[in-house]
Amino acid sequence: MAKLSRMERQEALFGYAMTLPGVLLMVGLIIGPLGYAVWLSFHQVNFLFPGTPFIGFENYADVLADEAFWASMWRTLYFVFVSIIVQVTLGLVIAEVLHQAFPGRFLVRVLVILPWAVPTIVNGNLWRWIFDGSAGALNHLLMQIGLIETEIIWLGDPFLALNAIIFADTWRMLPLYVILFMAGRAAISEELYEVASIDGANAWQKFVKITVPLQKPVILVVVILRTVWTLRVFDIIFAMTRGGPANGTMTVTFLAYFETFKFQNFGYGSALAVMIGLTTLALALIYIRLLGAPQGNDQ
Amino acid sequence: MSFGRETMHALRDNKLRVGIAFLLVIWSLAPIYWLFVSAISPSSELSAYPPHWFPENPTSDRLGAVLSNEQVSSGAAQSMQAPGVFFRSAMLNSIIVALATTVLCVSIGTVTGYAFARIRFPGRGLLMLVPLMFQMVPPIALVIPLFMIVQALGLIDTIWALILVYPSFLLIYVVWVMSGFFASIPRELEEAGIIDGANRWQVFTKIVLPLSKPAIFSTSLLTFLFAWDEFLFALILTTREAKTLPVAVGEFSSQFGIDFGMMMAGGLLASLPPILLAIVLQPLLVQGLAAGAVKG
Repeated sequence: MAKLSRMERQEALFGYAMTLPGVLLMVGLIIGPLGYAVWLSFHQVNFLFPGTPFIGFENYADVLADEAFWASMWRTLYFVFVSIIVQVTLGLVIAEVLHQAFPGRFLVRVLVILPWAVPTIVNGNLWRWIFDGSAGALNHLLMQIGLIETEIIWLGDPFLALNAIIFADTWRMLPLYVILFMAGRAAISEELYEVASIDGANAWQKFVKITVPLQKPVILVVVILRTVWTLRVFDIIFAMTRGGPANGTMTVTFLAYFETFKFQNFGYGSALAVMIGLTTLALALIYIRLLGAPQGNDQ
Repeated sequence: MSFGRETMHALRDNKLRVGIAFLLVIWSLAPIYWLFVSAISPSSELSAYPPHWFPENPTSDRLGAVLSNEQVSSGAAQSMQAPGVFFRSAMLNSIIVALATTVLCVSIGTVTGYAFARIRFPGRGLLMLVPLMFQMVPPIALVIPLFMIVQALGLIDTIWALILVYPSFLLIYVVWVMSGFFASIPRELEEAGIIDGANRWQVFTKIVLPLSKPAIFSTSLLTFLFAWDEFLFALILTTREAKTLPVAVGEFSSQFGIDFGMMMAGGLLASLPPILLAIVLQPLLVQGLAAGAVKG
């Protein structure tokens, strides 16, 4: 490295001083604990047994041989892809509608964001109540308008319950997509749409040929971000089903929570957690390979 | 003729948009309305069929019970100890933890973000990649070791544990958004300050920070809301005294089953602060969310 001038040295020192508190916090709260988690994953750490013997990759081998792990992993990926496809599609369409001028748009924009403000756990409790088999609002509504004859036990069937959770998640998260896609939509030149109108394109054609391709960078960022976030889904499942019925909504993070804090299996749980991290990394890399790198911080 | 047809089209499009917007508002508000109605309906009306979409005898009993020391006298909640005691302390815990976390993360994150965006020092490029990588670390991989550390420190079930641990996911957000914001300020302003004889720290505090107020407010709002919403860490690091609202609202169940009415009353109270903030500070909220995602 080239020798720094006095001013450059001062600047560098100032830079280190300013970043020090933040870096210390990140080392203490992320790098350190992550290292500890990796250490735990190579040891047998279970409060039922004394000592923490080194066991190499045994925890990982157990994870990979565990049917519950694979089932929960596929379930989680189902959750991730279905929710993101539904939410991106709806988000793009709603952003398009709210981008246009119409009477009362300001108020609509304010109100449409409110579901996001409901805390995740409250959202889960609320939909557990709405989906309730005997006195839930959804069954009562459907029976009142004559769509169903008897109650449907929405959260009583494993696959139905998983989709009900995706539905509840969509209700709360949609505003986030709408906000981001509206910001992306505002950056697209209106001239493109005017030219397309003159050429006789209808609203749907304009949406597919102009909006979607030009929103691609925003879509990519949203998809990566939401994949990373949804892979760790936990709160809403805790509130709505606790992983049941018949493990039908047991996602990987929930499984890791269960193994670690219910069965006190800290080594095994850590191996599961590391696997979740590696899956996240792998998916992010695949996206970037397939769809191109997201635009970074403009410097 | 074609003019008339276009006007017709515009009118039809407008009607269509208003129609879709109306459905959107219903979709967004109906569950929140039901949260409110369930919180104020007497137990007999809660499970009535045909359903009482508008309660005939609204009552504030449950909201009162959630906030007071009195026993609840109705239905399944009978066996519970006065829920108000722990709910009020959870409310206080949530407020303290969210505020303290916000102050801690925004003050440290702003300074770090500025250094990332503006100051040249060896290793900066590598450091700047780090927050991006950390976004991918799943919380469960942190909560397991942090639980053991917090336990070893004897801090389990204290709000200190939560305040100490929350920056693990919020500091990155602040650093990321703020460094993106600082990078967008024209350099000339800072150079002018240097020429006027200010040192780097003075440039930061006297010139840059006053310009950054809107960004700092929106980042603070989002940080507060994320901390208010946090559940996994709170679930694992608290057992009784230090419980926050998300942990407390899930606990309105007894040996007779879940008391949905109480659950909704608690949920309504836990939702009011973020909902009010989202209405009053809507532009800041939108700005903070967009900045966090577009930059991160």
